[in-house]
Amino acid sequence: MNIRDRILYFLDLHRNGLTVLALSLLLAVYPLAYGNPYILGLTNLIGIYTIVVLGLNLFIGYAGQISLGHAAFFALGAYGSAVLTVKWGVWPWPAIALVALATAMVALLVGIPALRLHGHYLAMATLGFNIVIYTVLVQWDELTGGPSGFAGIPALSFGAWQFDSDLKLHYLVWTAALICLMLGLNLVRSGVGRGLAALAGDEVAARSLGVDTRRAKVKVFVLSVVLASLAGSLYAHTFGFVSPDTFGIFASVDFVTMVVVGGLGSVWGSLFGAALLTWLPEFIDVFESYKDIIHGLILVLVLLFLPKGLVTGLIDLSRVRLARWRQRRA
Amino acid sequence: MLDVISVCRNFGGLPALSDVSFSLQRGRVTALIGPNGAGKTTMINCITGVDIPDAGRVDFAGEDITGLPAYRVARLGISRTFQNLKLFPRLSVIDNVLCGLTVQGGQSMLGALLRPPRVRNRERRLRLRAMAALDRFGLTELADWPVDVLAYGDRKRVELARAVVSEPRLILLDEPVAGLNHEETATVAKEIRALRAQGYTLLLVEHDMDLVMRVSDHVVVLDGGRCIAGGTPDEVRRNPLVLEAYLGRTGALA
Repeated sequence: MNIRDRILYFLDLHRNGLTVLALSLLLAVYPLAYGNPYILGLTNLIGIYTIVVLGLNLFIGYAGQISLGHAAFFALGAYGSAVLTVKWGVWPWPAIALVALATAMVALLVGIPALRLHGHYLAMATLGFNIVIYTVLVQWDELTGGPSGFAGIPALSFGAWQFDSDLKLHYLVWTAALICLMLGLNLVRSGVGRGLAALAGDEVAARSLGVDTRRAKVKVFVLSVVLASLAGSLYAHTFGFVSPDTFGIFASVDFVTMVVVGGLGSVWGSLFGAALLTWLPEFIDVFESYKDIIHGLILVLVLLFLPKGLVTGLIDLSRVRLARWRQRRA
Repeated sequence: MLDVISVCRNFGGLPALSDVSFSLQRGRVTALIGPNGAGKTTMINCITGVDIPDAGRVDFAGEDITGLPAYRVARLGISRTFQNLKLFPRLSVIDNVLCGLTVQGGQSMLGALLRPPRVRNRERRLRLRAMAALDRFGLTELADWPVDVLAYGDRKRVELARAVVSEPRLILLDEPVAGLNHEETATVAKEIRALRAQGYTLLLVEHDMDLVMRVSDHVVVLDGGRCIAGGTPDEVRRNPLVLEAYLGRTGALA
């Protein structure tokens, strides 16, 4: 092997580790150079969405299922943390764990019957769940603050040291997001991850390889819901305010669009999809008013022309190239 | 090893299998043959838990496995290939073969997420096993290719590698040479014999008589959902009932 080949081989072998390293360096340094609070608020939102989209991607992209109700679980996390800390005086950190646990229970209750459904029916069932939760948030004024929202959620803290500025929150949110991304990378390279990929590919074949498909579906659904709940809690403590508008069915559709744009079955694509669809409206004004239409259009176009999503489509292309190159060399 | 005892299966009143019985001997290659619609694939599905017999039972290594869900049957050590390839198109060749080791990779979600050294080492060992399986079927060069760009013959071999990699106690091959050319068929025949030599037990469902006669120890003939004959390839070849099923009442085999 000559030097060039060795470097390329090293890069290929350690691509995940190196990407994590490069990304964490970038995230550590960039707010120091570019500490505009508005921008930081936006990137914090991207970090939080990344966690939701990652979970949803494991469910949709890897396991081949569909959920149009993830905003509801995101809402349960956010409102759960808000209610527990403000109304019941629970400390924020344990509240996050409690809420995640409770949301996981809800996911089991919803998931065990709903995951017997396939395709459109599953989409409808999850969509219905989202509508129910949204209605509860709007109607149950005393607990949720109704349509005007729930304000005064305390910041997270370690003792007296509070995560009260966008800069501090930047490090908190992105640490959480990177940890989740790494867990996701671990998962997809494991026996469980292969079981999910098999499940998405062909259920009969997956069962014939020893995968308990029904159980696997419920497990990955609960995992993805827990991620959504954690992200929701983080959202509540980051912005200090939650209102039902963030958690409607269009938010669920946005999450799915992020998964698809980023790439079905791509852990890194989750980050990319969340970032792209959160940034774009900031640059292009038309986006703001016609957001739902444009997101729908993007969804349809990507599905038509790059059915695996942007990132996964491009990665697959480069993998074929790489394999050809290796074969030529061999 | 595997005993099929009086299995019946009806589809909406039409009998696909009626009162079928046969046994597989450990370390032998048994072929299940019969004209189209004889019930061969239904039989395989009933053994592997994809389908459930209406009556009768299937015993594997002395254990009643009738009606067990497919994933439990697979975990007992029965692996299979499919008539119309069921590979996972999004995954590379090596990952497809690794899927044959899904269960051996552990089922703990927490272990998978945190990837402690124990899990990491296990994954490394599984990868080596998958590489060995690729090597055995001459697929090493193609390890990183996505399967959906491979030639048909190569994809058939990937599925074979996936079925073998877990070192199952019984391998069911559903038409392993359908759609392959002469050369590729010869390679598969060699591979089947090599598996037998290693002590594997195989059930082969096949249309290619030439292959069946060359590699099997025992042949079971189905026709119209009934088991009409069984014996060594030579016995079956001479059996008038078999000739009739294949060639019609007036036919004769030269």
